[in-house]
Amino acid sequence: MSNFKIIKDKELDCNFVDFTNVDFKLESGYLLNNYRLAYKTFGTLNQNKTNAILICHALTGDQYVTGKNPITGRDGWWSRMVGPNKPIDTNKFFVICSNVLGGCAGSTGPKDKKDSNENIYGGEFPSITIKDIVDAQAKLLDALKIDQLFSVVGGSMGAMQALQWSIDFPNRIKSIIHIAGALKHSAQNIAFHEVGRQAIMNDSNWHKGNYSEEKTVPERGLSVARMIAHITYLSEDAMHRKFGRKLQSRDIISFGFDADFQIESYLRYQGRSFVERFDANSYLYLTRAMDYFDHSESYRKTLEFVNDSNNHINYLIISFTSDWLFPTRENKEIVKILNNLSKNVSFLEIETDKGHDSFLLDEPELDKVTKGFLESNYRKTNE
Amino acid sequence: MNNIKSIRKDWDLIESLIKEKSRILDIGCGKGELIEQLEKNLKANIHGIEKNQGLASKAIAKGLNITHGDAEKDLSQYANQSFDYVILSQTLQAMMEPKKILKELLRVGSKAIVSFPNFGHWKIRLQLLLMGKMPITEGLPYSWYDTPNIHFFTLKDFENLCKEMNIAIEKSIGLTNKGKQFSIKSSLFPANIFTHEAIFLLSYKNFEPIKIKSTNKIFAKNSAIVN
Repeated sequence: MSNFKIIKDKELDCNFVDFTNVDFKLESGYLLNNYRLAYKTFGTLNQNKTNAILICHALTGDQYVTGKNPITGRDGWWSRMVGPNKPIDTNKFFVICSNVLGGCAGSTGPKDKKDSNENIYGGEFPSITIKDIVDAQAKLLDALKIDQLFSVVGGSMGAMQALQWSIDFPNRIKSIIHIAGALKHSAQNIAFHEVGRQAIMNDSNWHKGNYSEEKTVPERGLSVARMIAHITYLSEDAMHRKFGRKLQSRDIISFGFDADFQIESYLRYQGRSFVERFDANSYLYLTRAMDYFDHSESYRKTLEFVNDSNNHINYLIISFTSDWLFPTRENKEIVKILNNLSKNVSFLEIETDKGHDSFLLDEPELDKVTKGFLESNYRKTNE
Repeated sequence: MNNIKSIRKDWDLIESLIKEKSRILDIGCGKGELIEQLEKNLKANIHGIEKNQGLASKAIAKGLNITHGDAEKDLSQYANQSFDYVILSQTLQAMMEPKKILKELLRVGSKAIVSFPNFGHWKIRLQLLLMGKMPITEGLPYSWYDTPNIHFFTLKDFENLCKEMNIAIEKSIGLTNKGKQFSIKSSLFPANIFTHEAIFLLSYKNFEPIKIKSTNKIFAKNSAIVN
């Protein structure tokens, strides 16, 4: 049994689980001796422990899935979806959400101190993969004494984690909801991430990742990275609808390089506010984790030959018509394999112009299908 | 009203053709009503395909296994002989390539159940003959310019196509426009005139799917060879 301790943190309004002397082996081979995961739970675990749902956050998310986020002072990133009487109803389900390993909202990541000394990891933090993130979550469940999850739900990088759960721990889950993900991170997606990383690493304040020693922050690089990424989360139609060529706080163009256009001003704002809440190194490590995600060759074989216990899993794969980052085509690759192997799979492509970010936005069809899928399958499996 | 009644009748007949605990694919499953009926009455394991997002979403929300998509493109993802029955209810006439679909149905399933409105029904013949206009009936209620039904065919046409494709008609049931049920094969009346709606149970002639019983899954899949 691993050595762990659960700590309640009032200031950050979440729990920590500290694993010590565990030699947690990462996919890269690196041994992480001690690590911490920050997590929050909502609702009540029932007596038979059959109603637990793990929600996996996307690249820049955190454990504050619903309720107030004490760091930003705003509502949780999926408070539209999760809460009492919401589509993922915390009156019925026990919801767990943890900050990913390598993140910067309380879980062990590059901004933390290395073992037993005062040095910060910085650029010496080990490389993290989606598999490592999921392995760490499984250890959290061990600590919470939950053997099996009713469901793992996530969008984007969260979808990658949900899929990874179904591959690595099929016996520990009953269903997954995989929203706007893929079997692999595509070349185009890696390319966008690389541009973002270059922006950070070319910021003279980055200092090879050891900026905390230098008492600087690669703010400009990180905000440019966020601006680029933000474009990929939208769609051309949504951007046009929202901003068009509208000018920002002026009637005529400036003949200069101010933020004349609303879209410029919006992106600058997105970049600036991101710097306040996110660590540049975490951004590097987590984008890398996504880049390394690739089950395109192995998925079919794994389902067929390696893990023999996925026949009970109910899979729900959802995509959005205007998502060009994780397009329907990529999501359907998963569906095709599952259908070909006669697994219990459902697939829905939702018509919307809101792009990849649709899963975080007001999308009634997503709410309805999520709620229905969870509750009807819960009834069926517990009859 | 009439239409709903005839669909229910259609479903009950489909159910009567299926063995218990089968694995079934329902193409064009809508909100999944037929799937629910078959799950309940036959303890069957059923998967559905539905093109319409709203309907597919409703069916998924009931906890059914539904693939939102176009059967003409998406049938290819299913393995050979991975279903006992594939149901195509009232949609063959709306398919781009009916012949290709028929072939796919019997690649994916060992048996196919196909139902369709008969264009050779006397009411339709009469309308065309007397009025010289494209017929509009309860079963085919659309005007020619906004109908989803793009391939009209009669009972005889369908039987000929089956013959051509070497498909065996195991059972064929006709329904008159009054909902009276009769066996098409042994009918004393000219069935092509009185059948308002037809339901066929199809399989390949002399075709025995190779089913290797093995605990090892490697050989249990994709083992049937269909031309």
